[in-house]
Amino acid sequence: MSDIAERVKKIVVEHLGVEPEKVTENASFIDDLGADSLDTVELVMAFEEEFAVEIPDDAAETILTVGDAVKFLEKNTQ
Amino acid sequence: MFDLTGKTALVTGASGGIGGAIARALHAQGATVALSGTRREALDALASDLGERTHVLTADLSDRDSVEHLVPALEEAAGQVDILVNNAGITRDMLALRMKDEDWDAVIEVNLSTAFRLSRACLRTMMRKRSGRIINITSIVGVTGNAGQANYAAAKAGMIGMTKALAKEVASRGVTVNAVAPGFIESPMTDALNDSQKASILSAVPAGALGTGADIAAGVVYLASDEASYVTGQTLHINGGMVMV
Repeated sequence: MSDIAERVKKIVVEHLGVEPEKVTENASFIDDLGADSLDTVELVMAFEEEFAVEIPDDAAETILTVGDAVKFLEKNTQ
Repeated sequence: MFDLTGKTALVTGASGGIGGAIARALHAQGATVALSGTRREALDALASDLGERTHVLTADLSDRDSVEHLVPALEEAAGQVDILVNNAGITRDMLALRMKDEDWDAVIEVNLSTAFRLSRACLRTMMRKRSGRIINITSIVGVTGNAGQANYAAAKAGMIGMTKALAKEVASRGVTVNAVAPGFIESPMTDALNDSQKASILSAVPAGALGTGADIAAGVVYLASDEASYVTGQTLHINGGMVMV
């Protein structure tokens, strides 16, 4: 697992209070990890802070799974 | 009851009569209070009167940069904001036919947009902490309307709608958002009225007297307290029975 994936996983585990094993690449924040719409906004803001990037609203809408977040961040951070 | 020890409150417009009374009351319940306003001397005087657990922050709420910096500056000085009281407000009264765009814009900006921006700035940490209180000081005029105050009434009614929307968004995170709507409150403005003007105002108030800043502050203390954790999205009218909704 890449460094970015590890950091994403840590944020998701901390924020949603879920078991680390459940935070797989294909896990959907809402369907599998029990996030509500406010959680997804908070997660995006937490990613922005951790990785010092700005995630535009239209990009944020496409981040539905853990893998989506990792892919976006791998592409948009150094 | 209503113990606020260990909480930090930001009160905007604290150099005014109602804002000052709110700051005093929150402080008396044990809160650390940050006083924000435009008149430095008035804020300093209030802070020195209250003594410990006070911070003074001057901010021009008509200036967006100034607003952006207010919450970070306070967090640096006093820690995270537990209680935000959006009290600052201005008036630019004029009948609508003669009201200038600048007068409309200025009142919406300071009274409504600033309250939104400060709320947004505080909400993130409040949600993380799973606790927080936002209390918006609106006005009876936001519910009843008032000739000559289209801008002010719109801003104050807007505040009530915003209060309800924010309350729905953050209720699941232990953060409550409420409004307090004062009626006629003693102020330098009402002191300047003559006896017949006063009598005419009082004829509309079943309680037969003007309210005081302390009357409003008591409502704010209640809404700020842990005891009011199940109260959100509400507008508490404090008006001597002048309007009952």
